[in-house]
Amino acid sequence: MSIAVNMKKLTMVQAITEALKVVLEEDESVLVLGEDVGRNGGVFRATEGLFELFGDERVMDTPLAESGLIGTSIGLAMNGFTPVVEIQFLGFIYPGFNQLITHATRIRTRTQSRYTVPLTIRVPYGAGVRAPEIHSDSTEALFTHIPGLKVVVPSTPHDAKGLLISSIKDPDPVLFLEPMKMYRTGKGDVPTGSYTIPLGKGYRRRNGEDVSLFAWGAMVKVAEEAAEKAAAKGIECDVIDLRSLYPLDKELIAESVQKTGRAVIIHEAPSSGGVGSEVISIINDTSFLYMRSPIKKVTGYDAPVPLFTLEDDYLPDANKVLRAIEETVRF
Amino acid sequence: MDVTEQFPFIQLVNGEGKQLEENPSITVANAKRFYEQMMFSRMFDRKAVNLQRQGRIGTYAPFEGQEGAQIGSALALEDGDWMFPTYRDHAATAAFGHSLVNIFLYWKGCIEGCVPPEGKHIFPPSVPIASQILHATGTAWAEKKKGSDRVSLVYFGDGATSEGDFHEGLNFASVFQIPVVFFNQNNGYAISVPIERQMNTKTIAQKSLAYDMPGVRVDGNDVFAVYSETLKAVERARKGEGPTLIEAVTWRYGAHTTTDEPSKYRDQGESERRRQTDDPISRVEKYLKAEGSWDADWEEELKKKSEKRLQLAVDEMEKTKKSDEGLIFDHVFGTDVWPVQEQKERFFHKESGK
Repeated sequence: MSIAVNMKKLTMVQAITEALKVVLEEDESVLVLGEDVGRNGGVFRATEGLFELFGDERVMDTPLAESGLIGTSIGLAMNGFTPVVEIQFLGFIYPGFNQLITHATRIRTRTQSRYTVPLTIRVPYGAGVRAPEIHSDSTEALFTHIPGLKVVVPSTPHDAKGLLISSIKDPDPVLFLEPMKMYRTGKGDVPTGSYTIPLGKGYRRRNGEDVSLFAWGAMVKVAEEAAEKAAAKGIECDVIDLRSLYPLDKELIAESVQKTGRAVIIHEAPSSGGVGSEVISIINDTSFLYMRSPIKKVTGYDAPVPLFTLEDDYLPDANKVLRAIEETVRF
Repeated sequence: MDVTEQFPFIQLVNGEGKQLEENPSITVANAKRFYEQMMFSRMFDRKAVNLQRQGRIGTYAPFEGQEGAQIGSALALEDGDWMFPTYRDHAATAAFGHSLVNIFLYWKGCIEGCVPPEGKHIFPPSVPIASQILHATGTAWAEKKKGSDRVSLVYFGDGATSEGDFHEGLNFASVFQIPVVFFNQNNGYAISVPIERQMNTKTIAQKSLAYDMPGVRVDGNDVFAVYSETLKAVERARKGEGPTLIEAVTWRYGAHTTTDEPSKYRDQGESERRRQTDDPISRVEKYLKAEGSWDADWEEELKKKSEKRLQLAVDEMEKTKKSDEGLIFDHVFGTDVWPVQEQKERFFHKESGK
């Protein structure tokens, strides 16, 4: 039996708006809160049109206070609502960090599930769009280290919608990181209506036998470009879009490297203590004897993200990744 | 106008137990109810300090001296309302219906102590300062959105008013007219730091002006005044008239916690003087005596009853040696998440020695 699925060509930011519209329609407990999410439709227009459709009781502009926003949303979530909070940029979330690490993620444990926090925090993140200072952070590893928090990063319009719907339906706090660079980088097929993509599952973007490439967010495209260049040189890459940074897809990571015996991890976040190191740990635990060469990381540097005249130097690109691929093959 | 005139110190019954004005909250029946709860709380607090000294529970934060503020405010709430305590508010949570066993268990290092009895909305004690103010605001916001008349009451100290979350909570509540009562217990010290180093304002109540909400300054050791003012704030919130900031001026006789030595930063003679002149429990006793309603047998009976109730709770608490190890893992997520499951397996099959 085939199910007819209608597709629309959408950008990632449009797919996110679609996801929000679907859940606002499906579930009366869902609220969208944030700074500028109402009349203005969000600084990236991710909530465009929702205020007009659902009104101020469900799509709410709030005072400009990240701790206040996350903290009051915890209260709303504990008392029957499903808040979806927008923080404008990842570099602006830090005033709310205490509410996230001390409260949102511990309330289930502290009360043995008497109170729970079905809260989704949507945050644009990452560099590469010539944004002003502090607008380009990629500090996802600060959050994957918090017990009780899931961290999700789509790289395509299709995944953005399905993963966001899953995140909102999830019974626990989810940090949903939206790669700014991918917001309007081309359109993709997005099913209309509601669909979910399981959290914690990666996706193979390209099948290859020689080297595994692991990436997320805007770096998936960089990995795909590098894989194309490598193919021209006769090296076939297995490109894995991790999609969830906590929990990571252990099976897919292991399956891929057990096939290729080589791995390159690409992330724009600083190298030390990044999620890439956790991927290496999983490879070590699951696939030590399969490896034919040392695992390479191509990452941002252990330096604050530079202002935009230097951001291309800072970010991984296809050539940096290709060099790492070749090093793993030549080892 | 001087700000202290704008926020006068509200007292209904003074330190000598003399009723200063007519008020429907001042009745012999209320006095006995308040006395019973305050007396019991003080016995609870002393028991907990003793248990800590004997190593039967861990570090404990005593509240002796603040019973008037806590009992007067807690009794103004009804079922279905939400209470958000700090780590020093067990008089309030117990009066609002928390399990004594659980309160003891929490201080014994058992997470199950955080769970309130079924149907009671009592949040676990907030340990970081002021962050619970936002949760109270959020849950009350939810009540408003549901169209109910239930409210939240949140406790916090004088030091908490320096934190951003205090201001963010009052601002959200003010902007959205949320039914929450911000109940400050101003005991003059944030551990060792006196209020003069915490703020340059003469009162905490005046901070309500910035958020255009009613603010009152009440004698926190006058349980009648606390009850009456909290009741007004709760009623206002129930009617959809928004939040209130209450400053209850009080004093903790003892240490910040059982690890603290207050004589290092203040003259403890002050605590002794206040005990003689300004004790919240003695005040009700004096009131009842002035009314000709004091009954020594009744008090004796109360003490016996309370001692028995406490002992039962302690005995029950001591049945739990430690929490179940599964509790490390079982409520991190509501769904199975492999790193947690895998680590739980590893713990039970390899690392716990079982």
